[in-house]
Amino acid sequence: MSPTLLIVLAVVVLPLLWSVLIAFQQLRLLEIGTASPFRSLSLDNFERVFASGELWTSLGTTLVYTAGSVILSISLGLIAAMAVRKPFRGRTFVRAALLLPYVAPVVAVTFVWRTMLSPQFGIINEAGQSLFGWAQPIPFLSEAQRTLGAFGAEFPIPTALLTAIAFEGWRYFPFAFLFLMARLGALSAETEEAALVDGASPLQSFRYIVLPQLMPVIALLAILRTIWTFNEFDDIFLLTGGAAGTGVASVRVYEFLTVQRNVGAASAQSLVLSLVLILMLAIYMVLLRKRGERL
Amino acid sequence: MSAHVTPESAAPTTQQADTTQKASSPSTPRRPFNRHTVERKTLSIMRWAVIGFFLLITLLPFYYMVLLSLKPIESLLRNPASIIVTPTEFTLRAYEQVLAPVSAGGQGFGTFLLNSAFVAVSAVILSLLVAVPGAYAVARLPFFGHRQVNALFLAAYLFPAIVMAIPLFVLFTRLGLRGSLVGLVLVYIAQTVPVAIYMLRNYLETVPVSVEEAGLVDGLSRIGVLRRISLPLVLPSIMATGLFIFMIAWNEFLFALLFLVERRDSWTVSLGLSQLSGSAEIPTTVLMAGSVVLTLPILIVFFSTERLLTGGLTAGAEKG
Repeated sequence: MSPTLLIVLAVVVLPLLWSVLIAFQQLRLLEIGTASPFRSLSLDNFERVFASGELWTSLGTTLVYTAGSVILSISLGLIAAMAVRKPFRGRTFVRAALLLPYVAPVVAVTFVWRTMLSPQFGIINEAGQSLFGWAQPIPFLSEAQRTLGAFGAEFPIPTALLTAIAFEGWRYFPFAFLFLMARLGALSAETEEAALVDGASPLQSFRYIVLPQLMPVIALLAILRTIWTFNEFDDIFLLTGGAAGTGVASVRVYEFLTVQRNVGAASAQSLVLSLVLILMLAIYMVLLRKRGERL
Repeated sequence: MSAHVTPESAAPTTQQADTTQKASSPSTPRRPFNRHTVERKTLSIMRWAVIGFFLLITLLPFYYMVLLSLKPIESLLRNPASIIVTPTEFTLRAYEQVLAPVSAGGQGFGTFLLNSAFVAVSAVILSLLVAVPGAYAVARLPFFGHRQVNALFLAAYLFPAIVMAIPLFVLFTRLGLRGSLVGLVLVYIAQTVPVAIYMLRNYLETVPVSVEEAGLVDGLSRIGVLRRISLPLVLPSIMATGLFIFMIAWNEFLFALLFLVERRDSWTVSLGLSQLSGSAEIPTTVLMAGSVVLTLPILIVFFSTERLLTGGLTAGAEKG
């Protein structure tokens, strides 16, 4: 056991502690080859991170992005799982096809999305203009905001952020789909049959029999997806590069590291990000426990 | 005995149910559009619409990827709305261009493929070498802090890559391993060992202890039991874990970007595609061929082993 534990300690716990240490040190990218790990400590990095209003903007964006993506991906996964629940011809094929977005490499799928949404020759804008009568192509990934008129009122909507959320929903619904399918397959048929005999309609049966039994899995999915989406870097970076109102906090960490070349500030920002995440999860756990649900 | 009684006693009940229904039908007026029928009919139509919708959104992007990789850039720009490739415009030029080495005027994806394969395969072999004995120890041998270690593995898996990236970046720069594929392999091992142990432990716990004890009684050592009895029994699961590691390593982007970006000859396919897709000089169709080259190995690996993988991933969910 101990060798494995040592390896895990070496590759996970030590870097983590080191990351905390760096957050309190002045460390530029150029110095990392030579600087001693035990330099003097200060709070300058945190002052720097908190001083600019960007921290709160990026945290706000991250929250909207996370909440939107988590809700969308779980809802889509639930709808898909219910739709393919009963056996039909070609079910195996449908199941396999629905897993594609989750399995395919993120770099490839973001590139395809960028091409499809391209205002110059993307298929979506072509279809929108010829089928739905859009006056102009929509720059889905480079436009921060657009005003949409509906019901006589005008709503500002964050175009690029919504597109990124749609992408996340698309890419991660298979994950929820897999888990929910597994749970649905393990439900006993008797309760539903009993409800049918008692006169429950299909929707009532879903609402009062099936959904409550899925709730523990949905709660677990919400936690896992929140953890992963909150710190998600690849998807946003590859889709928009963090431009057009999609600058989530993890992209800011990357910018501190590579653009400003300030390793200390990058570490401080990532530490703040982790603490917010841990705080959110703690609140969530307390709420769950209050409602008497166990994970 | 009781099993024989059930069908006999069930039969009168069904009859009874039939008669009640018949008896009640005259009293309630026939309503062809009651809530049940409407809901059932609507839902059964909706179901096919929903399945169609999901097939469209999942398959269209991949169809589009293959489509663009098979036509020249000129025909894409001339007719961007076309969703088929005509025999006259069909060409494999994009694949030739993307795979050829830079010296031959290509994009060098052939080299990137070799790099990705080297990194992914090494990560699989080395991670399993560490994770199998580790998982066995966690599953079987009692030791102090057994539960906490398990939680630690899960926490390590859940921990965001962007937070781990900075200290690892600094560490590997100091060791002089940044910019080398070996450094990247080490990072992938660090990233995959915890989840591999977590998965393998679940599998190894399904091997009955009595089988192993029989081996011990017959004179095998602990290592012998692991090698001759437990491992052969969970071999499919080990393969599944290995393929899972392969997929993580092949698809990984952030660490490849941080470690290798300055050295084109050691780029992985993911990194190569992301770096070149920013350039205006390379035609989109050529990069689409690159996307196909990047995606295809993963799809082959995944769908040849789908049952194994999905079973392992969701093993916990079935318990509720």
